[in-house]
Amino acid sequence: MDTREKDIEKLKDYKYGFTTDIENIKAPKGLNEDVIKFISNIKKEPQWMLDFRLRAFERLKLLKEPNWQKPKYPKIDYQDLYYYSAPKSMKDKPKSLDELDPKLLETYKKLGIPLQEQARLNGIAVDAVFDSVSVATTFKGELTKHGIIFCSMSEAIQKHPDLVKKYLGTVIPVTDHFFATLNSAVFTDGSFVYIPEGVKCPMELSTYFRINASETGQFERTLIIADKGSYVSYLEGCTAPMRDENQLHAANVELIALDNAEIKYSTVQNWYPGDENGKGGIYNFVTKRGLCKGKNSKISWTQVETGSAITWKYPSCILKGDNSIGEFYSIAITNNHQKADTGTKMIHLGKNTKSKIISKGISAGFSDMTYRGLVDINSKAKNSSNYTQCDSLLMGNKCGAHTVPYIKNKNFDSNIAHEATTSKISEEQLHYCQQRGLNPEEAVGLIVNGFCKEVLQQLPMEFAVEAQKLVGISLEGSVG
Amino acid sequence: MSEQLQSDFDKLVKTSKFSDEEIKFKKNFLNNFIKNGFPNRKQEDWKFLDISQIIKKNISDLGFFNDYSQSNKIDPSVLVDGLEHNKIIFINGKIEEIDFNFEDQNKIEIIDETKKDISFDYENSLIDLNSAFIDKIFKILIKKNYFLKKPLIIYHLTNDKIRSTNINLRLDFELGENSCLKLIDYFANTTQKNFINIFYNFNLEKDSILKNYKIDKFRNNNLKYSFNNIDQENSSVSETFILSAGSDYFKNEINCNLNGEYSSAFINGIFSLEENQQHEIRTTINHLVKNTKSYQLIKSVLGKNSKSAYQGRILVNSKAQKTDGYQLSKAILLDETSEFNAKPELEIYADDVKCSHGSASGSLDENSIFYLMSRGLNYQQSKELLINGFLMDVVEKITDVEIKNLITNIIGLKK
Repeated sequence: MDTREKDIEKLKDYKYGFTTDIENIKAPKGLNEDVIKFISNIKKEPQWMLDFRLRAFERLKLLKEPNWQKPKYPKIDYQDLYYYSAPKSMKDKPKSLDELDPKLLETYKKLGIPLQEQARLNGIAVDAVFDSVSVATTFKGELTKHGIIFCSMSEAIQKHPDLVKKYLGTVIPVTDHFFATLNSAVFTDGSFVYIPEGVKCPMELSTYFRINASETGQFERTLIIADKGSYVSYLEGCTAPMRDENQLHAANVELIALDNAEIKYSTVQNWYPGDENGKGGIYNFVTKRGLCKGKNSKISWTQVETGSAITWKYPSCILKGDNSIGEFYSIAITNNHQKADTGTKMIHLGKNTKSKIISKGISAGFSDMTYRGLVDINSKAKNSSNYTQCDSLLMGNKCGAHTVPYIKNKNFDSNIAHEATTSKISEEQLHYCQQRGLNPEEAVGLIVNGFCKEVLQQLPMEFAVEAQKLVGISLEGSVG
Repeated sequence: MSEQLQSDFDKLVKTSKFSDEEIKFKKNFLNNFIKNGFPNRKQEDWKFLDISQIIKKNISDLGFFNDYSQSNKIDPSVLVDGLEHNKIIFINGKIEEIDFNFEDQNKIEIIDETKKDISFDYENSLIDLNSAFIDKIFKILIKKNYFLKKPLIIYHLTNDKIRSTNINLRLDFELGENSCLKLIDYFANTTQKNFINIFYNFNLEKDSILKNYKIDKFRNNNLKYSFNNIDQENSSVSETFILSAGSDYFKNEINCNLNGEYSSAFINGIFSLEENQQHEIRTTINHLVKNTKSYQLIKSVLGKNSKSAYQGRILVNSKAQKTDGYQLSKAILLDETSEFNAKPELEIYADDVKCSHGSASGSLDENSIFYLMSRGLNYQQSKELLINGFLMDVVEKITDVEIKNLITNIIGLKK
C-alpha cells in the first residue's frame, strides 16, 4: 500500500467520528416552558429575551411539522431530546483561551482547528460552538481595534442588548415555520457579528460547530449585521461524532446587510452522514436567510454540503434594497443512503435587483438529491434579473437526482433564465483520463472537481482546499 | 355545494334513462367528489391557479344538472371550412353526431362504454365529477394498419340553452398496431360561464401515431379543464399541440406513460392571453423503459392582467436508461400586470440519461425593436413581428402540413 492509499483508507471512515469525554450539564429532557426558563436562567438572560423565547414557544404549539419535502424521515419525538447541553467546565466562563478545558482544546485539535495556532498564524478569527455553547473566540484584540463585534450570542445578549434587540428575529420572525420557531424558543448559543459603518473586516471570521453529547439537538443561532458600507466574509464548518441514533440540528442564521454592505457566508458542512446502511447521522434542518435591507447591498451564500443523513435547507435572500444582489453557490454531494433537499429562495422586492444561482448536485450509491428553489420577482421589482443554473451528476442507477424550481415572474421589466441538466460521467471522459495514467478514482475525482469548479472558486482559499478534499472523500468507493 | 350536487344528481337520474347499475357507479363517483370537492391550492398541482377559488369567483351559481333528453340543433356555420374532415359534434354536454364519412367503416369501431366500469386510477377529483354527471362514454377503436384519410375534428359547442353549468365529456381512443389518428379539438363556445370538464384516455399500440391539436382561440367567458392520459407501447409516437387563448380559464393536463421502448412524446403549447385570462398547462412524462424520448416546448405571450403557468414534470424510472428528455418554456410579458409562473421539474433515477430543461421570461427585447424600427417599421409593427416570430417557432413544430396551415390561419400568424 503506498502512502496515498493509506491516506484514503484512513479517510474512508468518518474522520470526525470521535467523541470527547467531557462532563456535560444538561437541561431536563423534553420541551416545555420550564426547560425554556431553565435555558434562559442558566444563561442569565434578561427578561426580554425570555419573553422572545416564550412567544416563540406559544407559536410553536400551533404549528405542525412540515412534510412536503422529498426525503421522509421517522417522526422525531421532541419530548425525548435534550435542549441544552454544555460542557461542565463552562459554567464559569473562561476569560481567555489559556483557561479553557484542555480536553476541549484537544477536541478542536482533532478537528483541525488548533485555536491558539490559528489565532496566531492564519489570521482567521474563530468562534467555536461545542454542542450548544460557544467556547472560545479568538483574535478578539485585533477585531476590537476596528470596532468589530465578534462574540457568542449569549455574550452579545449581555453586552450588546440594543443591537440584538433591534435585529434578532427581523429576518426570521418567531412566527416563521416549525423548525425556525423551535429554534427561536430553545436556541442556546451561536455567533454574533457586527461590522460598524465603513469597516472592511480585515480577516475571515469563522465558526466551528460540533455536536458532542448524544440525544442532543443542536440549536444555534447566528446573527450577522453589516452596517453601511462594510464588508465581512464569514466561514462556518460543522462536524459531529458517529452515533447510531439520528440527531437533530435546527439552526437559524440571520444576515442583515445595510446600504452598500456586503456579506459573504460560506459553509462547509460535514456532519456525520450515517453509516453505509443509512443508520444514524444528523438531520440538518437549518433556516438561513439574508436580508439585503439597504441600497446596493450584497449577500452571497456558498455551501459545500457533504455530510448529514438528511439535509433540508434553503439559504435565501430577500432583496429589499434597490440595486441589491443575491448570490447562491452550492455543491451538494450525497452518497450511500444520504438524502438532500436543498436549494435557495431569491425574493426580489427592490428595483434593479439581481440574483444568481449556481447549484451542482452529485448523487452516488443509494442516495437522493433534490434541488428545490424559488425565484419570485415582485411586481414592484422593476428591471430585475435572475440567472439559475442547476446541474446534476448521477453515479449508478440506484440513486436519484431531482430538480424542482419554482419560477414566479410578476414584472414585465424583469428577466428570469433557468437551466438544468442531468448527466453522468461519460465513458469517453474516463477513458481519456485513464489513458493519461490516472486510476478510475482519481479520474472521477478530477472530473467531479471540474464539475464543481464554478462553486469551489467562490470559497475563500483555505476552505477551497479543504472542500476539494472533502469532495474526493465523500465519493470514495462510489466508482466501479 | 354538496346539497346542490346531490339534488342536481337526483334530477339527472330522474330525467335520463340510466340503468340501475350505472346509477350505482355514478353515485360512487359523486360521493368521492363530494368528499374531496374541487381541487385547491393546497394541492401541489394546483398551486399556481386555484380552480376552486376561480370557480367561486366566476360562476357563483354553478349547476350540475344537464337535461340529456333534449337534442340540440347543429349550426353549420361554425364548422371548419377548407379542410375535409370527419367530425364529432358535442353540444351542451351531449354528443349529437359522430361522422366518419371519409373512412373505411370496417376499420373504425365505435363502442358505447357507458355501462362498463369506467373508473380510472388517478388522483383527481375532477375526473370523479366527470364520471358522475356524464351522459355517454364512447370508445373509438382504430383497427390495425389503418391510417385515417382525413383528420377528425371534435367540435366543442354550447348554445344559449345553457349557462353556468358543468359540462362533461369523456372519450376513450384505442389506436391499433401501426394505425394513425389526427385529432383536432375545436372550441367554439358561444355561451357564457360554463365549466367544461374534458377527459380523454388514449391507448397507443405498437407503431401507432396520435396527433392531437387543441384549438381554443375565440374569446369566451367559460372555464375549461382538459385532461389527456396517453399510454404508449413500443415505437408509438404522440404529438400534442395546445393553443390556449380563448377561455377565461383553461388548464390542459397531459399525462403520458411511455411504456414501450423507442416510444416518444412531443408536446408543444402556446399561451396567448389578454385581459384577466388565467391559463395553465401541466405535463407529466413518465419514462418507464429504455430508449424513450420526450420534448416539450411552451411559449407564452401575456397581456394586461393575464397569468399563465406551466408545470412540466419529467420522470425517469431507474430502468429507463438512454432516456432523452428536453423541456423549454419561454414567456414574454407585455404589461406590468402580467404574470408568468413555471415549475419545470426533473425527477431522475437512472444515470445514463440526457435530460435538461430551461425556462426564460422577460419583456420584449428593446434592441430587436430598435433594429426593426431603424428599418422603417413603427413600434406596433415591430412588436407584432417579434411576437409573430416567437410564436411561429412553436407552430413550426406541427408535423402535418395541412393542419399547420389551418392553425397558422386561425391564430393569424404570418409566415
